Amino acid sequence: MEIKDSYELPLSKERVWAALNDEQFLKKSIPWCEKLERRSETELAAEVKLKIGPMSTRFTGNITLSDIDPPNGYTITGSGKGGIAGAASGSAKVKLIEDKDTLSTTLSYEVSAQVKGKIAQLGSRLIQSTAKKLSKNFFGSFVKQLEDMDNS
Amino acid sequence: MNEVTKIDGIGSSVRRTEDKKFLTGKGRYTDDINRPGQVQAYFLRSDVAHAEIKSIDTKAAQSAPGVVGVFTGSDIAADKVGGPICGWVVPCRDGSSTKEPPHPLLAQGKVRFVGDAVAVVVAETMEQAKSAAELIDVDYNELTPVVDFVSADKGAQIHEEVPNNCYFDWELGDESATNKAIESAAKVVKLSVRNNRLVPNAMEPRSALAEYDSLDESYTLHTTSQNPHLTRLVLAAFMFAIPESKLRVIAPDVGGGFGSKIYVYIEEAVCVWASKKIGRPVKWTADRTQAFLTDCHGRDHVNDVQLALDENNKIIGLRVDTVCNLGAYLSAFSVVVPTILHGTLLSGQYDIPTIYTNVKGMATNTVNVDAYRGAGRPEATYLLERTMETAAKEVGMDPAEFRRINFIPKDAFPYQTQVALQYDIGDYEPHLDKAMEMIDYSNFEKRRAEAAKRGMYRGIGMSSYIEACGLAPSAVVGALGGRVGQWESASVRVNPTGTISVFTGSHSHGQGHATTFAQIVADKLGIPMENVEVIHGDTDKTPFGMGSYGSRSLASGGSAISKAVDKIINKSKKIAAHLLEASEDDIDFKDGKFVVGGTDKEKAFGEIALAAYVPHNYPLETLEPGLEENAFYDPTNFVFPSGTHIAEVEIDPATGVVEVVDWAACDDFGNLVNPMIVEGQVHGGIAQGIGQALLEDAHYDENGQLLTASYMDYCMPRADDLPSFKVGYTNTPCTHNDLGVKGCGEAGAIASPPALINAVIDALSPLGVTDMSMPATPQKVWKAIQESQSVAAE
Repeated sequence: MEIKDSYELPLSKERVWAALNDEQFLKKSIPWCEKLERRSETELAAEVKLKIGPMSTRFTGNITLSDIDPPNGYTITGSGKGGIAGAASGSAKVKLIEDKDTLSTTLSYEVSAQVKGKIAQLGSRLIQSTAKKLSKNFFGSFVKQLEDMDNS
Repeated sequence: MNEVTKIDGIGSSVRRTEDKKFLTGKGRYTDDINRPGQVQAYFLRSDVAHAEIKSIDTKAAQSAPGVVGVFTGSDIAADKVGGPICGWVVPCRDGSSTKEPPHPLLAQGKVRFVGDAVAVVVAETMEQAKSAAELIDVDYNELTPVVDFVSADKGAQIHEEVPNNCYFDWELGDESATNKAIESAAKVVKLSVRNNRLVPNAMEPRSALAEYDSLDESYTLHTTSQNPHLTRLVLAAFMFAIPESKLRVIAPDVGGGFGSKIYVYIEEAVCVWASKKIGRPVKWTADRTQAFLTDCHGRDHVNDVQLALDENNKIIGLRVDTVCNLGAYLSAFSVVVPTILHGTLLSGQYDIPTIYTNVKGMATNTVNVDAYRGAGRPEATYLLERTMETAAKEVGMDPAEFRRINFIPKDAFPYQTQVALQYDIGDYEPHLDKAMEMIDYSNFEKRRAEAAKRGMYRGIGMSSYIEACGLAPSAVVGALGGRVGQWESASVRVNPTGTISVFTGSHSHGQGHATTFAQIVADKLGIPMENVEVIHGDTDKTPFGMGSYGSRSLASGGSAISKAVDKIINKSKKIAAHLLEASEDDIDFKDGKFVVGGTDKEKAFGEIALAAYVPHNYPLETLEPGLEENAFYDPTNFVFPSGTHIAEVEIDPATGVVEVVDWAACDDFGNLVNPMIVEGQVHGGIAQGIGQALLEDAHYDENGQLLTASYMDYCMPRADDLPSFKVGYTNTPCTHNDLGVKGCGEAGAIASPPALINAVIDALSPLGVTDMSMPATPQKVWKAIQESQSVAAE
């Protein structure tokens, strides 16, 4: 399953990059995230609660940052176990491109994800739409927070 | 009494006596049965398709609330418990035999499909067992899954014992003669077809309840089985190494099987094992998701067909190369289904001078594939009848006429096919003619034109099928690699007042045996049907028997009953002769009375029964008292039902929805015992065939996750998907059983998919569509219409 999208932010690349590496800021952008803790330079532990179709499940897992290229982007890879509901794993390539003329930055992402177990058996039809919705929510709220901060 | 006989006897559409309890919700299924002190088993299943198990940590689960035991593959291995066995193997082209890897009851070192059982948690309640299972930590080293069976030979090896993931590579027929026929043919029709994978979906999910009695060291297992005696044999002899007499297997009311409840599954064996380990009765019942994941699936073939014709459009040869998916482990009949039950059917109703087929059975990281209603014969019929229709269109003949000129002529029986079977009897033109008449074939083009005015595409398609059922002569089965006999048993006990208890080795899980078998006995003895009780499904009550599958119950089980009743009549004649002071040879038995020929001296059947049990005036010096007889019937051949089904469809080009608007089924099942039950079987079979052709498709993604694991994604036929069926019969009675019966349980599912797909293609043929794979879903049909229109626009 692949999802691609992009947003244009009226902010400098450095500003967006800093936010992308601030776990407190990230956590606020993920309303369904119950825990996000940095373990090391490149590792985070996360706990998220998701509803996919008929299933409501809490996933616990690890997130790894790789291909770190400040301030141009990185790859977030995560895998989580949802107990009896199964498991999910995926990665998102995040890229930042600055437009010097307009002083804006385009944030683009490419997500690929796999699911296992009951989520695959019962919710496979709903995963694409759920993942799309979650990605949109996250990046949307990430952008909004940045804008709000900028305005305040 | 005589009048009642006429109403109840063979040939009467007596209402099913078992329906009262089923229609009022009073059926007694395995899960309805509970025992004091019973605990629940829950299986932790792999959510990855192919992986090594690095470790399993069950500590937290062991101490979870309500848990009485957590077991893994190492516990099973420590107790040296065997796994399910393959009941039938075939030789390979290279001279080797079928590769039979072990199938442990719980995974040992490796998991091989999503749903493979890794551990079992036994707890006071199912909720507690499920919660505890969540605490088990399994560390997997994931391996590349093998999902596509056609390329499985190039995938990661699933079993050490199965190189190239090929369980067997089998052939039948004369390859060089067939290739020569193809080379010299005036025309060769080529077709590749896929037989889609199906989930059996019995209404009642599988269930087991096992108890161990430590005082007499014996087990009782209630289970959802089509053949409790075979289950007992496999569990006792191959898994637990205990005497069969120490295990009682009861298959009470069973809510549908369709083949999926033939096999011994790991869950029922684990329950038996755990019941002794824990010392309490252990119950397990599958939920619907587990049924989707772990019941053996059906079909899943691809077939490449080459049909050689001479200049007169007569068939001169047929070659079929098949690859089929057998899944992660070899199930009981998974090998025989795509080989012996498939390859031997390739002559169909046609006189084909040479046939060759090769079948490769592949291992994949999907659940096991085994017999499903029709078992091999739907696959054979589908490829053949799709090819016949395609050939007719390619040579410009009416499909009915093309079939007609290639039929085995009725004076050619017994007919030896080029694929091992010898058909004892048949006559194919009458059912073709009758089916065409039933559906008003000659006026079809008018209906097509009328539909076109409404903007609808109307099509007609047929299928003339044969099937070999009534499994089967034991010696033939043995010669072909079968590891069991295929006879059937019956014990007929006449009670002192003349009522009858019939104990059958067959098993009814929807077929209506209590009615049909009682009709046979009532008819033969001239007594009312309600005096006959049919008992089945309990190894402590019934004689050893093979159970029900392969449309065998009437042809084999009914024949055994008939033979046992003949023995009852023979002994009764001796008793009557004594009572009537006549010679045994002078006694005639008719309408329930033993009469001295040419006199009015007679004794009713009930009087004979009483004399046998109260033998005060009885020839004890020459005859044993009592009236109870056994029969074991081994058929001398398969039985060969045949028929023609014609489907008529309308397709809405705006939606791609295929509506089945008419259906004519004309079948030759030999003599009918209960035409109403037969018609019900035909309806059910066609419904399942329509499901396969239009709706059902089991789909695994590239990681081996079953995406169609619920009714949200796996579409079953419903009443509004089906037309009102026109059902008719012809009759060439079977020549080698006393009742002259064939089998009817699978015919509808065998005949219908090609008829329906042929009709869909016919409807779209004005657009240039020549092929359509199953299931013909609205999306697929709509796409075919769009593509044909874009081609036309170019």
